[in-house]
Amino acid sequence: MTSQSRAPRTLFEKVWDDHIVRPSTDSTPAVLYVDLHLVHEVTSPQAFTRLRERGLAVRRPDRTVATMDHSTPTTPRNSAGLIPISDSLAAAQLEQLARNCEDFGVELHELGADQQGIVHVIGPELGLTQPGMTIVCGDSHTSTHGAFGALAFGIGTSEVGHVLATQCLLQRKPKTMEVHVDGALRPGVTAKDIILAVIAKIGIGGGTGHVIEYTGPAIRALGMEQRMTICNMSIEGGARAGMIAPDDTTFEYVAGRPRAPHGADWDAALARWRTLPTDDGARYDRSVTISASELAPMITYGTNPGMGMSIDSPVPDPDSLADGSDRAALAKALGYMDIRPGERLLGRPVDVVFVGSCTNSRISDLRLAAGVMRGRKVAPGVRMLVVPGSQQVKRQAEAEGLHTIFRDAGAEWREAGCSMCIAMNGDALGPGQYAVSTSNRNFEGRQGKGSRTFLASPLTAAATAVRGAIADARELSDD
Amino acid sequence: MTETITPVRHVESSYVVLDVQNIDTDQIIPARFLKVTDRAGLGDALFADWRYDADGSPRADFVLNRPESRGAEILVAGHNFGCGSSREHAPWALRGYGIRAVVSTRFADIFHSNALKNGLLPVTIPAEVHDLLVSWPANGSRPRLGIDVAKQLLTLPDGTEVTFPLESFSKHCLLEGVDELGYLLNAAAEIAAYEEARP
Repeated sequence: MTSQSRAPRTLFEKVWDDHIVRPSTDSTPAVLYVDLHLVHEVTSPQAFTRLRERGLAVRRPDRTVATMDHSTPTTPRNSAGLIPISDSLAAAQLEQLARNCEDFGVELHELGADQQGIVHVIGPELGLTQPGMTIVCGDSHTSTHGAFGALAFGIGTSEVGHVLATQCLLQRKPKTMEVHVDGALRPGVTAKDIILAVIAKIGIGGGTGHVIEYTGPAIRALGMEQRMTICNMSIEGGARAGMIAPDDTTFEYVAGRPRAPHGADWDAALARWRTLPTDDGARYDRSVTISASELAPMITYGTNPGMGMSIDSPVPDPDSLADGSDRAALAKALGYMDIRPGERLLGRPVDVVFVGSCTNSRISDLRLAAGVMRGRKVAPGVRMLVVPGSQQVKRQAEAEGLHTIFRDAGAEWREAGCSMCIAMNGDALGPGQYAVSTSNRNFEGRQGKGSRTFLASPLTAAATAVRGAIADARELSDD
Repeated sequence: MTETITPVRHVESSYVVLDVQNIDTDQIIPARFLKVTDRAGLGDALFADWRYDADGSPRADFVLNRPESRGAEILVAGHNFGCGSSREHAPWALRGYGIRAVVSTRFADIFHSNALKNGLLPVTIPAEVHDLLVSWPANGSRPRLGIDVAKQLLTLPDGTEVTFPLESFSKHCLLEGVDELGYLLNAAAEIAAYEEARP
């Protein structure tokens, strides 16, 4: 950076300023450089087609990494060690990605390969995701990578093409919003509960036009995987990106990973990364505060992630809302969910429990769920899927014996992928079925046509699997 | 290096009302329709779970299936349209169906950006204008709206003109049929200089 005496800046502003190729003017947006472009099979084919049509190359294949995750089956491997694909459309899409990566020289982690997994799980675990970077992917949960103090956001397929061809995007500078999380979490309350509480507070569109920075002691106390859970769901509050200032927790996580800097490069990077946190006196366009100490496990009751509450609360009554449009929205959501106003969700039977997704499929998430499942059984009539976020997470879990805990309990232990979060790979709920899911979206039909989703933490999901009905893990531990 | 695309200057059409808040991109096009490698046929999947019965037949009570909705190129939708997934299949499905503009009190950021890159106009209006638009077609009439991109004006059925925001470069691209990729490709020398100067 240049000036010694510039105005105090936020973490976001530092990363933004550092990636300006051409500044914005009244008539043109900034040209913003992208350090890392992550690619998957669903949102990239039309972008590669466009490159072919125009005779363009991928500008920086060395800054582009692809994986297969969304439409991939998570069913067990066959005797040859391969994961069979029965859906011909999915197979064609995966083949297309392989061909595109081959033709354009892009690194690809193919289905079943050692480092394959959900794009937002493998980026951090490979050490590709680093503080101060700009990271994009044709996926709204790219916000996950902001946990490292990167500016990371989802883009559409046209923009995937822009980045493939030029390594740049045209962007207007977003506003900033601080979400300050005070206090300390009580036992049995997790990062997932923090972010569900934040979204319930600001609303599903509350962060629109903003980049969120999460600050405060409750955030600093979290490990990297928990910080990823928080930043992951920024988009569910309408913010394209969520960021957390890097600190020793961050550096410790990144150090030694295969694609992280090493030796003298590490020292130089570390010196740079230590300058990233928001300066004293820097201003955010908006600020909200929540107290972690007051939080209980959270659960959603409706059809968007903003419709969340403490697990022991009564479901809100549409008649209690002043705005007619809000009233109609809540009534529609409760109708879809077939839930009565004022009802308590604890004890409500479910059909399926899903532990997985880019929100909660990392090793610490699986450890939390396994801790609840150990020595217990999945309730009769309930199907529980545990889907590790990556092949590496799967290997680690198996090395720790977590898969045995899940299997002994009667849960399905799957191959890595997005699975039932987006339900385009065959892992889906049936019409009208209820699931407690550790994923990020409870939209109508998100987990399969007619599906009904309650979003919650891995602890709540595991406790629910054991009881066969929505349960508070803190009460289960007294059994 | 500049590719020409079809300019979008005016839209003038009857409109359909889907007055639901927070219509997410999973509703606009459910994920099971994303296993494609091109954009063909996505219009048929627009609002699939609201539009069709389990057996695939059109639901008579869904607004797009009503006879008076035929030919409407403008969709008036509830607050915070297009939230959720970044899938560009959402604007592709809307354009594929024949929708050229969506009018709402707020758009989610990624959808908004994707729409503009596909000649689909996201028109943001105040809540009181939205309330008026929702009330008009109730009597079975087919009121019409006009959209003038250059003037950033929405003309209501009663002739009232309402301005709407439009980012200056996106407006230029719409009016002149300019492709953003071409603009970025023309910045190649600056991009190379930036790469050269980095640690």
